[in-house]
Amino acid sequence: MEKENQLLEDITNAEYEFGFVTDIPMDIIPAGLNEDTVRFISKKKNEPEWLLEWRLKGYKIFKDAPMPSWQNFDLPPMNFQSVSYYAEPKVKKKLNSLDEVDPELLETFAKLGIPLNEQKHLAGVAVDAVFDSVSIATTYKTKLKELGIIFCSFGEAVQEHPDLVKKYLGTVVPHSDNIFASLNTAVFSDGSFVYIPKGVRCPMELSTYFRINAENTGQFERTLIIADEGSYVSYLEGCTAPKRDENQLHAAVVELIAMEGAEIKYSTVQNWYPGDKDGIGGIYNFVTKRGICKGKNSRISWTQVETGSSITWKYPSVILQGDNSEGEFYSVAVTKNAQIADTGTKMMHLGKNTRSRIISKGISAGKSQNSYRGLVFVGPKADNARNFTQCDSLLLGSNCGAHTFPYIEVKNDTAMVEHEATASKIGEDQVFYLNQRGIDSENAVALIVNGYVKEVLNQLPMEFAVEAQKLLSLTLEGSVG
Amino acid sequence: MLTIKDLHAQVDGKEILKGINLQVNAGEVHAIMGPNGSGKSSLASVLAGRENYEVTNGEVVFEGKDLLEMAPEIRAREGVFLAFQYPIEIPGVSNINFLRTALNEIRTYKNLPPLDARSFMKLSKERQDLVEFDAKLVNRSLNEGFSGGEKKRNEIFQLAMLEPKLSILDETDSGLDIDALRIVANGVNKLRSKDNAFVMITHYQRLLDYIVPDFVHVLYNGRIIKSGTKELALELEEKGYDWVKEAYYEETV
Repeated sequence: MEKENQLLEDITNAEYEFGFVTDIPMDIIPAGLNEDTVRFISKKKNEPEWLLEWRLKGYKIFKDAPMPSWQNFDLPPMNFQSVSYYAEPKVKKKLNSLDEVDPELLETFAKLGIPLNEQKHLAGVAVDAVFDSVSIATTYKTKLKELGIIFCSFGEAVQEHPDLVKKYLGTVVPHSDNIFASLNTAVFSDGSFVYIPKGVRCPMELSTYFRINAENTGQFERTLIIADEGSYVSYLEGCTAPKRDENQLHAAVVELIAMEGAEIKYSTVQNWYPGDKDGIGGIYNFVTKRGICKGKNSRISWTQVETGSSITWKYPSVILQGDNSEGEFYSVAVTKNAQIADTGTKMMHLGKNTRSRIISKGISAGKSQNSYRGLVFVGPKADNARNFTQCDSLLLGSNCGAHTFPYIEVKNDTAMVEHEATASKIGEDQVFYLNQRGIDSENAVALIVNGYVKEVLNQLPMEFAVEAQKLLSLTLEGSVG
Repeated sequence: MLTIKDLHAQVDGKEILKGINLQVNAGEVHAIMGPNGSGKSSLASVLAGRENYEVTNGEVVFEGKDLLEMAPEIRAREGVFLAFQYPIEIPGVSNINFLRTALNEIRTYKNLPPLDARSFMKLSKERQDLVEFDAKLVNRSLNEGFSGGEKKRNEIFQLAMLEPKLSILDETDSGLDIDALRIVANGVNKLRSKDNAFVMITHYQRLLDYIVPDFVHVLYNGRIIKSGTKELALELEEKGYDWVKEAYYEETV
């Protein structure tokens, strides 16, 4: 509660907090996308031939792929040729330690509350930071190495562990999955790579912070996490971007692979710049996230707190292939002003006795539109599959929209699929009750909203839960009245 | 402590309070009785500052300040507490966190430092015992899934925690079985002091057997038509409200 109060006290400014720009010399390639761009990126990153081939396959699909048309909003026109597909901070040589990182960059991350130095050690979090296209620093590599854990930038993984990358890359989200995934395949610049060996329980939270800084660039990172038999890992991702009037595209791909008895927990706090109150600017967040429970008794859990971006389009999903495997999706999506969120999940039950649980909490304010879209699929061999879905919508004000699109496809008659949905408005009665106990309306709404999303925030590691709470309060500041 | 003069109020254009006059001093307990629809709960709502009630005339002075000028949360911080007839459920917000937020808002308003976790827990334990509030309910979500009686008892627990100057109990006795009624009444009696005051809105004499009022008022059709001491309540219980109404009409005709 102390923390909660502190957070509420911090609510002083409804403005986007992370909208500053870091002035740092950058190498940016000219806008535009063709085969040469793809070759340039691959060469710049000193990639093996097979990876270039794979990128080019992605590019070929992308060129002719249709834009998705089923989402619950009008897709704005996107000119893929006006974007620069590669930006990196200018550095003369390869960095060997954090001491060699540009102080201005370190300051940027400090401003974002991400100290990359050893302080983080106390919190037990290892951090990889991605600034525009390039991974800047990965802390605690040595300590993790002792356990055989690999946690590094994607680019580094390609150089150091090419066999692992080659074996798993694109196995969960193929290069042809959808236009944004194909685009990512062609031009992905960096991202994070994690491998947890058999039987190892990763002793700290692994964390990546993504930051879009440069103008007219997109960010196309790729994350690949492999948890080998009987291992466990909890992974966190956070994102921010400067305020700009143009829209910037973020099209990431995340692939998770859990072997027999392994567990992966993946948490996201997404706070990309949402645009101004009239909907000018902001990040287009078109992300493909999917995990596969490959082995028996494996488990994948997605938790997301989505507060930023002018458009969010993402459906973190789980393929439940191994028998007795479990998939979870916990989501809080907050939209205000002119923001659009179309988000949800897919749970694909293929193995026997597979279970999934979906808890989605949407909060809409202003004139925003917030949609939950989910698919629960039970295949013919998935005996005794179980799903529970609960999706709640909370409306602040009367100009916003909340929508729910649950799809259920069951091909096995032993399946049990439950769906619960509620929609409510914050009651004047609730606010008045809290007023009558001395709590003003702004704080009353923050309390009610935090109560509403508690079930999801409880899934986040402590440190992140606090950050998420703070974000929610900030996001909803000024939405009541 | 509280002076109400010629208070008129309406809801959706319909006049509900038609000239209330009432003086409540520190150390006093007032009971306001009256038939259904006479305006009892409306009076409580107007004093607490509920939005849909529009005051059209009159004044309310609380501790020398104009109460009607204040936002609801300011009234609460100044020391006005309303025990709700129908306490609201707030899912996911724990009772104790809510109370701590409320208490610290009130303390900040009074330029007191917020209570640290330890002192707060100590106070909470002490007040739970005082009003015999079930410790299990303290950490549950605010009123969520509470029985009617538990909700009412939670109102009294909150009252004990926040130590208001003026407490308005809006039909706190309704829906309570006899044991719960006794516990609630005992709690209120223990909280009574020469510095605070209580206004109890009730239908029944029953509550007044346990909490003995200094004054009893009969509210009818938006006005206080008769005031007296605790004997008035007994007389009402025996004869009903009709004789008061009749006597009032004879007077006014």
